[in-house]
Amino acid sequence: MSYVNQSLQKKDAMALVTGKPVYTDDLAPKDCLIIKILRSPHANAWVEDIKTDTAMKVEGMVCILTWKDVPKKRFASAGQTFPEFSPYDRLILDQHLRFVGDAVAIVAGETEAAVDLAMKRIKVKYRVETPVLDMHTAKDNPVLVHPEEDWESKFPVGADNKRNLAAKGHEEMGDIDQVLAGCKYTVDEVYHTKADQQSMMETFRTYCTKDHFGRLNVVASTQVPFHLRRILGNALGIPSSSIRVIKPRIGGGFGAKQTEVCEIYPALVTWLTGRPSKIVYSRYESLICASPRHEMEVHVKVGADENGIVKGIKVEALSNAGAYGDHSPTTIGLTGHKAIALYRNLEAYAFDYEVVYTNVQAAGAYRGYGATQGLYAVESAVNELAHKMNMDPAKIRELNMPIEGEPMYDYDGNLTRTASCAMDRCLARAKEMIGWDEKYPYKDMGNGKVRGVGLAMAMQGSSIANVDVGGATLKLNEDASYTLSLGCADMGTGCDTILSQMAADCLETEIDNIVAFGVDTDISPYDSGSYASATTYATGNAVINACGELKKRIIRIGAQMLGVEPKQADFDGKKVYAGEKEVSIQDVAYKGTCGNNQELQVTASFSSEISPPPYMVGAAEVEIDKETGNIDLIDYVAVVDCGTPINPNLARVQTEGGVAQGIGMALMENVQYSKEGRIRENSFMQYKIPSRVDIGNIRVEFESSYEKSGPFGAKSIGELVIDTPCPAIADAVYNASGVRVRELPITPEKVAMGILENQLKGEKNR
Amino acid sequence: MKINFWLNGAKKEEEIRPDTMLLEFLRSLGCYSVKRGCETANCGLCTVLVEDRPMLSCSVLAARIDGKRVMTMEGLQDEAKEFGTFLANEGAEQCGFCNPGFIMNVLAMTKELEDPTEEEIKEYLAGNLCRCSGFIGQTRSILKYLEYKKESNMEKQENRNQESAEKEVQA
Amino acid sequence: MLKIKNYVKVESLEEAYELNQKRTACVLGGMVWLKMGNRNITTAIDLSGLGLDTITETEDEFVIGCMTPLRDLELHKGLDTYTNGAVRESLRHIVGVQFRNCATVGGSIWGRFGFSDVLTMFLALDTEVELFKGGRVCLSEFVKMPKDRDILVRIVVKKTPVKTCYLSQRNTKTDFPVLACCVSLSESGVKAVYGARPAKAFLLEDKEHLLDGMENLNDSEKKEVWEKFAEYAATHVSTAGNMRGSAAYRTLLVKVLTRRALEAVGGMTDEN
Repeated sequence: MSYVNQSLQKKDAMALVTGKPVYTDDLAPKDCLIIKILRSPHANAWVEDIKTDTAMKVEGMVCILTWKDVPKKRFASAGQTFPEFSPYDRLILDQHLRFVGDAVAIVAGETEAAVDLAMKRIKVKYRVETPVLDMHTAKDNPVLVHPEEDWESKFPVGADNKRNLAAKGHEEMGDIDQVLAGCKYTVDEVYHTKADQQSMMETFRTYCTKDHFGRLNVVASTQVPFHLRRILGNALGIPSSSIRVIKPRIGGGFGAKQTEVCEIYPALVTWLTGRPSKIVYSRYESLICASPRHEMEVHVKVGADENGIVKGIKVEALSNAGAYGDHSPTTIGLTGHKAIALYRNLEAYAFDYEVVYTNVQAAGAYRGYGATQGLYAVESAVNELAHKMNMDPAKIRELNMPIEGEPMYDYDGNLTRTASCAMDRCLARAKEMIGWDEKYPYKDMGNGKVRGVGLAMAMQGSSIANVDVGGATLKLNEDASYTLSLGCADMGTGCDTILSQMAADCLETEIDNIVAFGVDTDISPYDSGSYASATTYATGNAVINACGELKKRIIRIGAQMLGVEPKQADFDGKKVYAGEKEVSIQDVAYKGTCGNNQELQVTASFSSEISPPPYMVGAAEVEIDKETGNIDLIDYVAVVDCGTPINPNLARVQTEGGVAQGIGMALMENVQYSKEGRIRENSFMQYKIPSRVDIGNIRVEFESSYEKSGPFGAKSIGELVIDTPCPAIADAVYNASGVRVRELPITPEKVAMGILENQLKGEKNR
Repeated sequence: MKINFWLNGAKKEEEIRPDTMLLEFLRSLGCYSVKRGCETANCGLCTVLVEDRPMLSCSVLAARIDGKRVMTMEGLQDEAKEFGTFLANEGAEQCGFCNPGFIMNVLAMTKELEDPTEEEIKEYLAGNLCRCSGFIGQTRSILKYLEYKKESNMEKQENRNQESAEKEVQA
Repeated sequence: MLKIKNYVKVESLEEAYELNQKRTACVLGGMVWLKMGNRNITTAIDLSGLGLDTITETEDEFVIGCMTPLRDLELHKGLDTYTNGAVRESLRHIVGVQFRNCATVGGSIWGRFGFSDVLTMFLALDTEVELFKGGRVCLSEFVKMPKDRDILVRIVVKKTPVKTCYLSQRNTKTDFPVLACCVSLSESGVKAVYGARPAKAFLLEDKEHLLDGMENLNDSEKKEVWEKFAEYAATHVSTAGNMRGSAAYRTLLVKVLTRRALEAVGGMTDEN
């Protein structure tokens, strides 16, 4: 029985579908102190005075902490390997408040009612200053978001707090201006994406207790248990060894929980009071003071010769870090790299970027991590280029896409060869599925409605090369079952299951014979965590390595029991055998527990020097109402090359879910600020994520390549799948309506007004 | 104030504050399947059945269930497992956090709509958000589940027919 | 957070009215809106024991109790037939079934919310509200009245022969409308109502008599006067911008939706 490439149910499925109490707030002790945060109503202000004595008189209040009560050492809350690229620009509570929603005080009491009342009784005197709200004027603005002297960037990422810069850089190959000047066709446009919200259904939440050793136990809905332990230690000024982080089942992450968002508050309260405490963020807090996508403006110049060969791409990206720089220097890299690398015939490229501090909610990590923004821009520009030269946008992809064995400029600007890649098959199949040749560019439905199609390509990575570490501990138990301990974080995606599938195949055993366990930083092997599309690839390889080593040990003990040399023996999952002699795995397992000097437990780590890209093509069909501009997404096809899908069902649902999020980003999710810098879309009433009636149909197929460096030929899938909807839908809308929308979301209003504008300009409409 | 009601079939008498909302009240009684995803009645995660109607427990005053029958997933474990198996067979349960509210509404739908079309299914469930699955896998599982229910109902009917036929023969 | 000191499930409207005379008292509707506020309510008045959650259809009217859930309105066969499906259309986009099982028609009408689909719909019909003290008041009058301490008991829709069409444009399918438009055509003429302008629903009258005698026109003449009325609406329905759309876009929608709704009630298309 082989489990890899089989659509198994997730191991935790029945607990989830029957509503078992397996999430953070279900598990929190009932005597937890309730914590809420008093938040700044101003985008840029200083706490001049804060009076808490009246508030503390409320019955049941335990503590109110202000900037005076916290360590004065800055830290980064980004869940990244140490030393982080992100600047150390945060305090747990700061006297300087940098956005509407920034934390002013931590309020903890025995009941929610007490805390609510106390919050009202805290008196704060603010010194309000002018905020920097426009990312265009942030750089070298006299108003500094981080004027403090102890601001620190641990890496030369071009950050400079005295210029409101969280990162700045330039990369190039060849002479881009000269190459573009020589191109017969060029496009030069700016594309604007918003600070979209991950909107996982379970908001941020954490509870803490102190254990019998006086250590801080943190149960958190996090994607990065090990980084979280370090971040909390850093922030509290205590050794990581005093902290234990446990990740229960978590209700979605999508990158939001790759940042320490709420964990520090109960950690501090429990550390100081010794009492259990918890915080559960409201949806409102999750939308105004968390870790959304970086808003970006991406300026693309792209040129092609008369045959449609794309010769040069220039990307200039302006990214909005918001008030703190977490993930800012790293997301921006992907904005250029993942898009530029898609074009194999480049003679030159350039990538310039600036990430600026402003007084709005700080950005963080969201699925796609900068690549989504860059791909929307570059893929849109290439679509515009195709239209300009009257070439089918599919054709220009065929001429320029990555091809196995052909050149690719990788993330370091090195010229490499494309490894496993089925982009050509992805495109061919996507065209077939959507009916591209019959439908492109549009079809008038004769009832005031027009249908149009559009497509785009995308690539992402599989773990961060030379950085991410996957870890797996495997042990043979007395009953011949195996325990697979993991440090990566299953956030609903099913990695506990797919990693068990790999282990079962490696060990030639039944899937139910593998007990998956994760995550407890006291017990689990180190793993950098579930982000950067790393888990299947990096942790998967660690699992394979651990299995290999454990098998050797099983054989060694078995051989000893049989009285033969280990090299004479072999293992088939059920028994160790040498010729006619054999000993069952059960007996080897017993032997491991009695009179044994050879531990039947292995921990393996895996870090990769490469980050093999998964590829995909997405194609959209939309129907536009010519008068109202209404946009109905009729059909979306996604054809994905993620290498071997370890669990095709889970890979498919990853794709459907990622595409749906991309559809939300393309068509409805908006983040607007009031002139005071307040986010207007601060609830699910205002921040509209797609419901099931908004997305039409999504059809997914796989065109798999085989990635030699991957576990069972697998690459990643998690992030890639959010990248194509924005550019594909934008072009479908253009093909249907003649309106090019370069600022997301593409709303009916933009389309209707665009149609009117085109009419006024005398341009041909559909 | 005191209220009397039935929770998952069991009669209860509880003391509540007049402003307690049903969602928090149910969780305080150990019904942890009831989840909160927003504060604006938009997500559907807190769906429970009050007198067989799917309601948002975030918007129902606990005082109002006095004398009523409330069902949460804790009281519908077999039904949840039956449909949940179809959901899990698509891999569409994902993080699971929206599952209880979603499944409660699916169960309500199967009682309310007879032989619904895909469009009717989507409209009925439009108030149940999910950020992981993209909904498509959920729809697949519902269609398969409805098909299965239809077949098993037909089988039951056939068995009944056969039994009565046999009885007639015997008679 | 909403705070309630006393909860009273009243046994009569008289009791409810008495309790409601205090400014800090509040009559509960479906709670979907009320629970989001930070109000401190001393006495929450629950009408749900008064049997006001039903729809009664007589020969002349629909009598709708204030506690009727929106979902029941949506599923009511009589209303559906009477309005050519417009009532259902006006309700089915509102968040989800569970939401509509909670929200009550009384709460929706009493609130006189700008975004209200329900108010937009009923304004286009021959509707009265029945107030405990104020008695029966035409809905179009009620909309203009300031909120007082009276109690909305029932909504009464007269079964004047009418053709109705409800149209709305939304940024997402279950969101508030960017604009809602309900047009009804009866013997007394056309009523065109615009909701989510974003201000409170507005009933436009055909003061220039553009549509007078339109039943006698041929198809192309009809189309012409409808287009004219749509233009008229666009200039006479005031709109404003908010986070869902600009004033200009709303005005464009006023025009388009008016024409389409007229075409539907005029029998040219089947929009509902």
